[in-house]
Amino acid sequence: MTIALVFLALILATLLGWLLKQTFNAAPWEMEAVGDTAHHGPLGGTGNKSKLIALLTFLAVVTSFFALILSAYALRMELGDWIPLTEPQLLWVNTIMLIVASIVFQWTRNAAVNDQQSRLKLGMIITGVLTWGFLIGQFIAWQQLQNLGQFVSSNPSNAFFYFLTGAHAIHILGGLYVWAKATSKIISSARSIDDTCRSIELCTIYWHFLLIVWLIIFGLMLST
Amino acid sequence: MSYVAFADRDHELDHHDPDTFLTKYVWSQDHKVIAIQYSLTAIVVGLIALGLSVMMRLQLGFPNEFSYINPENYYQFVTMHGVIMVIYLLTALLLGGFGNYLIPLMCGARDMVFPFLNMLSYWTYLVSVLILIASFFVDGGSTGAGWTLYPPQAISPGTPGVDLGIILMLASLAVFIVAFTMGGLNYVTTILQARCKGMTLMRMPLSVWGIFVATVLGLLAFPALLVSAIMMLFDKTLMTSFFMPAVSSMGVDPGYSGGSPILFQHLFWFFGHPEVYIVALPAFGVVSDVLSTHARKNIFGYRMMVWAIIMIGGLSFIVWAHHMYVSGMNPYFGFFFATTTLIIAVPTAIKVYNWVLTLWQGNIHLRTPMLFSIGFIFTFIHGGLTGLFLGNVTIDLPLSDTYFVVAHFHMVMGVSPVLVVYGAIYHWWPKITGKMYNETLGKLHFWTTFFGAYAVYLPMHYLGFAGVPRRYFSMGNTDFLPESAQDLNAVITISAIFLALAQLLFFANAIWSLVRGPKSDPNPWSATSLEWLTPDHPPKHGNWGHELPEVHRWAYDYSVPGYEDDFIPQNVSADKAPKGEGH
Repeated sequence: MTIALVFLALILATLLGWLLKQTFNAAPWEMEAVGDTAHHGPLGGTGNKSKLIALLTFLAVVTSFFALILSAYALRMELGDWIPLTEPQLLWVNTIMLIVASIVFQWTRNAAVNDQQSRLKLGMIITGVLTWGFLIGQFIAWQQLQNLGQFVSSNPSNAFFYFLTGAHAIHILGGLYVWAKATSKIISSARSIDDTCRSIELCTIYWHFLLIVWLIIFGLMLST
Repeated sequence: MSYVAFADRDHELDHHDPDTFLTKYVWSQDHKVIAIQYSLTAIVVGLIALGLSVMMRLQLGFPNEFSYINPENYYQFVTMHGVIMVIYLLTALLLGGFGNYLIPLMCGARDMVFPFLNMLSYWTYLVSVLILIASFFVDGGSTGAGWTLYPPQAISPGTPGVDLGIILMLASLAVFIVAFTMGGLNYVTTILQARCKGMTLMRMPLSVWGIFVATVLGLLAFPALLVSAIMMLFDKTLMTSFFMPAVSSMGVDPGYSGGSPILFQHLFWFFGHPEVYIVALPAFGVVSDVLSTHARKNIFGYRMMVWAIIMIGGLSFIVWAHHMYVSGMNPYFGFFFATTTLIIAVPTAIKVYNWVLTLWQGNIHLRTPMLFSIGFIFTFIHGGLTGLFLGNVTIDLPLSDTYFVVAHFHMVMGVSPVLVVYGAIYHWWPKITGKMYNETLGKLHFWTTFFGAYAVYLPMHYLGFAGVPRRYFSMGNTDFLPESAQDLNAVITISAIFLALAQLLFFANAIWSLVRGPKSDPNPWSATSLEWLTPDHPPKHGNWGHELPEVHRWAYDYSVPGYEDDFIPQNVSADKAPKGEGH
């Protein structure tokens, strides 16, 4: 459970630090001076900021989810029947695809912010192709393992492999849903580009996050 | 810095005012309607759980008198009662119900930040409830593994509901967690983003603080339940061995090997202990507001109260293994977790002192909500003190499997939050419905519930000390137990039936109020917080008419010296508050 606690401590420390800044020295019982409305309420109310906060909160939830699986992984690994899994080499190719997808997404995001429409369409399509490539690659890796007789119930390390890659893939699929909505808007160009820009910015954060999660999962599986 | 909140989106909101019955009451995106949907669903499912507890008590009080209660369905009753009460009733009602209703109104927002997601949260919750209910009717019935669903028992042959029952239970929990996450993201974002002008964090009513920290706990802790539910589903359906050791079950080898049941317990309680505070913190917040309003006094030590909530929230993540002293884990862990458990008593005690000091020399109005809140202080202190017993490893070991534990957790997280829930419903009833309830009936409801609860749970402490084991279908002939233990059990059962029937007073009051109740004043308790200051009563879609409120003070300006009224609402600026003789 140490892994889960470390991640949790980081999340809680961030929150506590922020709360401390907000609440320390505040004396709410004191009357404000007449006409004083300088107390700041919300952080800055536009819809985009709210979406960012919601996304970051969601990422905290997902972090907790994966950290707990990794904790379980570490605990289960200690027991006698654990046989390390030989990961398919294909995972390296998949990893590279996901890294490039993340880089291209960042490039696309920059294009969106700088209002360079021509790069936007190309960037979104390349990202999508690479990410779908990653997912298909993961599926082929599953097939390869099954052909080798490595099924989900063969060994706990296998079970964790299928569970972790599956859970990660579902999160990617969720991201691709938002990506598909944004891309269709860009291609049809029916709506104002502003809205789409915002969802591209948020998608980029999500892609980077899932890349980091994948690198941690992959690293852990390789090293054990 | 801008604090526009949704003021700049007023024009958008005007456009989607619901106009049909379906959009207004069924597929509603209005936080108030969703709150009521959440609450009603939770209460209905809670009544089922109440019925199950009466069935259990019938067997315990009068063993083998009722032919329709056999050991299998006794365990099914125990399991479903526990799961429903903790998760589908209390979590859903306090966060989905009160969270939804109070956050936007108390923060001065028009609605949740993501209304569609909010609606989706309720309907997903309803799906999870339906899956849970469905498990009663499948082949083999619902699971009887106990509310903690410990493996290997939960998925081993011989346990009731081992086939579809446990699968539906795990699936339902997973769907519930998805629903909670959707709601939780909304609560956090709304509190952080949509507060009206002047509503600093330290001016928020404590109800919002309690709900906020509880939501954060839920968002971080529920994934542990999700992970364990998915892994157990794998063990059950795909024959993996995450949790399942090599077992021979009724002479058959099911094919598991090497799994760790203790791993499940760690994951479960990593969720399970914060869950106690997911239920308790909103109750702490609500009770602070109700006490302060009806005692006409500012809450004692507001800043300390906020930080106590935060500290309890943080500490709740490092005490989980005090539920596992008897699991055979390393004794040094026991030492660590006993220490953290006792530390968490410090912020909790601060809260209790502050509630009592809020009452001290207050102008106390013993109306129904106030009675329930004061009743909560009693039951919470009671349950808290027995918690100190059980937090110590050496005392926990002999008591762990006895009725002492049942008495403890029912007192601290059954009766206490339920009293707050009732107090809160009576307190906000006029705002929600626009009608007044019957005060006499309300008080009668309180006294019967309060004494009824004590009559049920106080004797259980003695049974526990005497060594009556919990979870048993029947005690049979047990040498070390005097016969009077059975008599006491019969008394408890009669009290429990009385207590269950007493709840009819609440429903009678609600129906009376809706049909015949007099119209209520917009602010019947002369309260200061924003929800009482809406232009319409009860508040309409969008809450605030054309202009969002502006906040000038905290929510606890009661009996401020030198002012005419004994309360100054949050939206009154310093130069506009009427001066007078003062109180």
